[in-house]
Amino acid sequence: MSTTADDILGRPRHLDRPVKDDAHDAFESLTETVGTVTVPNPKMRTEHVDVFYGTKQAIYDVSLDIANNEVIAMIGPSGCGKSTFLRCLNRMNDTIPSCVVTGSMSLDGVDLYGEELDPVLLRARVGMVFQKPNPFAKSIYDNVAYGPRIHGLAANRAELDDIVVDSLKKAGLHDEVKDRLDAPGTSLSGGQQQRLCIARSIAVDPEVILMDEPCSALDPIATARIEELIDELRRNYAIAIVTHSMQQAARVSQRTAYFHLGKLVEVGDTREVFTNPTHELTENYITGRFG
Amino acid sequence: MDKLHLDQHISQRFNQELEGIRNKVLKMGGLVEQQVGSGLTALLEGDGDLGSLVAQNDFEVNALEVEIDEECLQVLARRQPAASDLRLIVAVIKVITDLERIGDEAEKLGRFSVDLAASDEIPGYRRDLRHLGELVRSMLGDALDAFARLDVDAAIRTAARDEDVNREYETLERLLATHLVEDPRQVSKLFKITWCARALERIGDHSVNICEYVVYLVKGRDIRHTSFDQIRSEFL
Repeated sequence: MSTTADDILGRPRHLDRPVKDDAHDAFESLTETVGTVTVPNPKMRTEHVDVFYGTKQAIYDVSLDIANNEVIAMIGPSGCGKSTFLRCLNRMNDTIPSCVVTGSMSLDGVDLYGEELDPVLLRARVGMVFQKPNPFAKSIYDNVAYGPRIHGLAANRAELDDIVVDSLKKAGLHDEVKDRLDAPGTSLSGGQQQRLCIARSIAVDPEVILMDEPCSALDPIATARIEELIDELRRNYAIAIVTHSMQQAARVSQRTAYFHLGKLVEVGDTREVFTNPTHELTENYITGRFG
Repeated sequence: MDKLHLDQHISQRFNQELEGIRNKVLKMGGLVEQQVGSGLTALLEGDGDLGSLVAQNDFEVNALEVEIDEECLQVLARRQPAASDLRLIVAVIKVITDLERIGDEAEKLGRFSVDLAASDEIPGYRRDLRHLGELVRSMLGDALDAFARLDVDAAIRTAARDEDVNREYETLERLLATHLVEDPRQVSKLFKITWCARALERIGDHSVNICEYVVYLVKGRDIRHTSFDQIRSEFL
């Protein structure tokens, strides 16, 4: 059993136990994740991760690898810890004072929470796209140029222009906005704004892209465009996506991880998880059953 | 079908839809079994009226296939089923295709029995068809039972009996060839009997398919075109 916040604080372990339900026994007996959590040559590796918000434990002993050139989908009911886990991968939870993360998380073998890794640089290497498109109140150009500017990635304006155009092209947005790069980012449609946010995260040349329900505010056409984009981006990046849409997880990912009440229940090939899952809790969730 | 927990979806309507499909498949299975039984009786007892009735009733089997197909299509389009629900729908679509074909074979038995009812006896044919017919009828019944009870063990054991059916069919073929040599004037009738034997043998093959879908539905494993030895070692 890994160290918990209560151990660190010298208090008896206090865990908010889930409410007893039909699947409670299956959950209680869950000590190990079903399926293979590791991959050869992982881009990111997490081992025995516990996450606490104050005294409430949100993640229980989760180990999971993120592979290069792969989309891994994290699914599970609200409050299962999938977003919390995703946010730990680029230390977004640092902004929450009560949040304590224990266990080990690494990027290319380097400890994410170690001294030698600057969180700002980490977030450039591990980009994030959120549920609601959140472009800055700046022009389309400046939205994309913001990251390269603060990280000093362009020596001159011409280089910056190249980065902006290249990022917009990779995000599949360039053709739609090339004639109005000075227009405010907020003037775009929801789907376009989300692709702008993806272009913004690509602009700093990340290695991993985290997506937290990137399509939940979009219509099916914009969603299809983003999903197509995710598939293209997979060639160059490792992608982890949290989604409430199981169809989306089934469509875009190669591996699927199912979280339940803070535990990682099952990880497997997406083809297998959606046709023949191993764990009863996974089966119940993806088929819309009680439990 | 209790193992599928069809009543445990959060959506009551989805429960009802799947339960409705399940019931119709069982109804279709019962009807097909009855058609095969009647077709066989008509053939063995030379009952042309019963044979004619079997041939007429095939439309009921066909209608059920179309109805169940449509309901499965609706579930696929509107529910996007996954895991065991998806396997159920896929298995049902496959099973009813085989059931419909078994229905067609039963119809053939019915039709040929009308023709043969008016004919003179050909030595041995009734007894020999009876044995093959009984083998096939019990195999179909057990395949449908395995489907209804989601019994993988029973499904595999039932499928294995197809070897007996094939052996019996080959024996019958040789016997009918002998009759043909002995009395070439009976060629037309002997061909009809051969077609009946062939229809029975095909029903055995379709029953094997149903058994394979039971394994797919319950275990999520596709065992088609896998040797029985391999299947036995893995599941029994």
